[in-house]
Amino acid sequence: MKVSEMLVRAELKQVAGESGNGNEIQGVYIGDLLSLVMSRALEGNLWITIQAHENIVAVASLVDVSAIVVAEGIHVEVDTIAKANELDIPIFESKASAFELSKTMIELGIQ
Amino acid sequence: MTEEIVASFDYQIEKDDFKIAGSASSHIKKILKQLGLPNPLVRRASIIAYELEINLVIHTVGGAMHLEVHPNCVVISTEDMGPGIEDVDQAMTEGYSTANDTAREMGFGAGMGLPNIRRCSDEFSIRSTFGTGTWIRSEIHVG
Ligand SMILES: Nc1ncnc2c1ncn2[C@@H]1O[C@H](COP(=O)(O)OP(=O)(O)O)[C@@H](O)[C@H]1O
Ligand SMILES: [Mg+2]
Repeated sequence: MKVSEMLVRAELKQVAGESGNGNEIQGVYIGDLLSLVMSRALEGNLWITIQAHENIVAVASLVDVSAIVVAEGIHVEVDTIAKANELDIPIFESKASAFELSKTMIELGIQ
Repeated sequence: MTEEIVASFDYQIEKDDFKIAGSASSHIKKILKQLGLPNPLVRRASIIAYELEINLVIHTVGGAMHLEVHPNCVVISTEDMGPGIEDVDQAMTEGYSTANDTAREMGFGAGMGLPNIRRCSDEFSIRSTFGTGTWIRSEIHVG
């Protein structure tokens, strides 16, 4: 499923990286420790995290995740948004927890 | 390793500069992709470069990172001006980290950087003099 389709069906708020909405989502990775994300997230994964600082964009781009969802109502920093727009990484904000978001993604058939 | 160099780049990495941390690694990834190196190799090199770069940012007074691409290997190395590592074996242990609270809150400091670098390398060496600085070299074989 493309990011563009997921975002409509999961009712997420996009804050950056619309130019990456054609990315294909394959599976989900949840994590806040950047070294773990670097070594475990797979290409195409939707990355759910509570980190919102600029460096998540570098991580996302280095491991080719399809999009980032910042969970738990945490606001994405302005610098993060600018960087994500530059590198075409879609970022979404959600009030839901990582668990709730995972359930939604599974319901959408992303697993 | 052959003498021939396909590409070579140097990067200055500043202490505590979280804003641009990762940009040297991103550049390395871009170069390797442009050179047509296989995806799994590019991924390993990206992990190595990122972990090395972040270590310079959060653990050192600053340093330099180098990329050298040869026909049969990719070499990524760093050197810094301190503080050096007192016990290298301990630093290489998974989960060991001296990262401060600010770095940890940002998701750095899992103590997995050096072990990840070694795991992704075909050849890995680290030399450190406590009080002086650290030199790390990681090589990935091509093909
Ligand atoms: N270039 C360096 N200079 C000084 N100390 C370093 C350097 N790289 C790593 N270290 C030390 O080794 C420890 C482990 O590094 P690493 O495995 O990357 O984990 P982390 O960066 O998450 O702490 C660090 O916490 C730090 O004490
Ligand atoms: Mg590290």
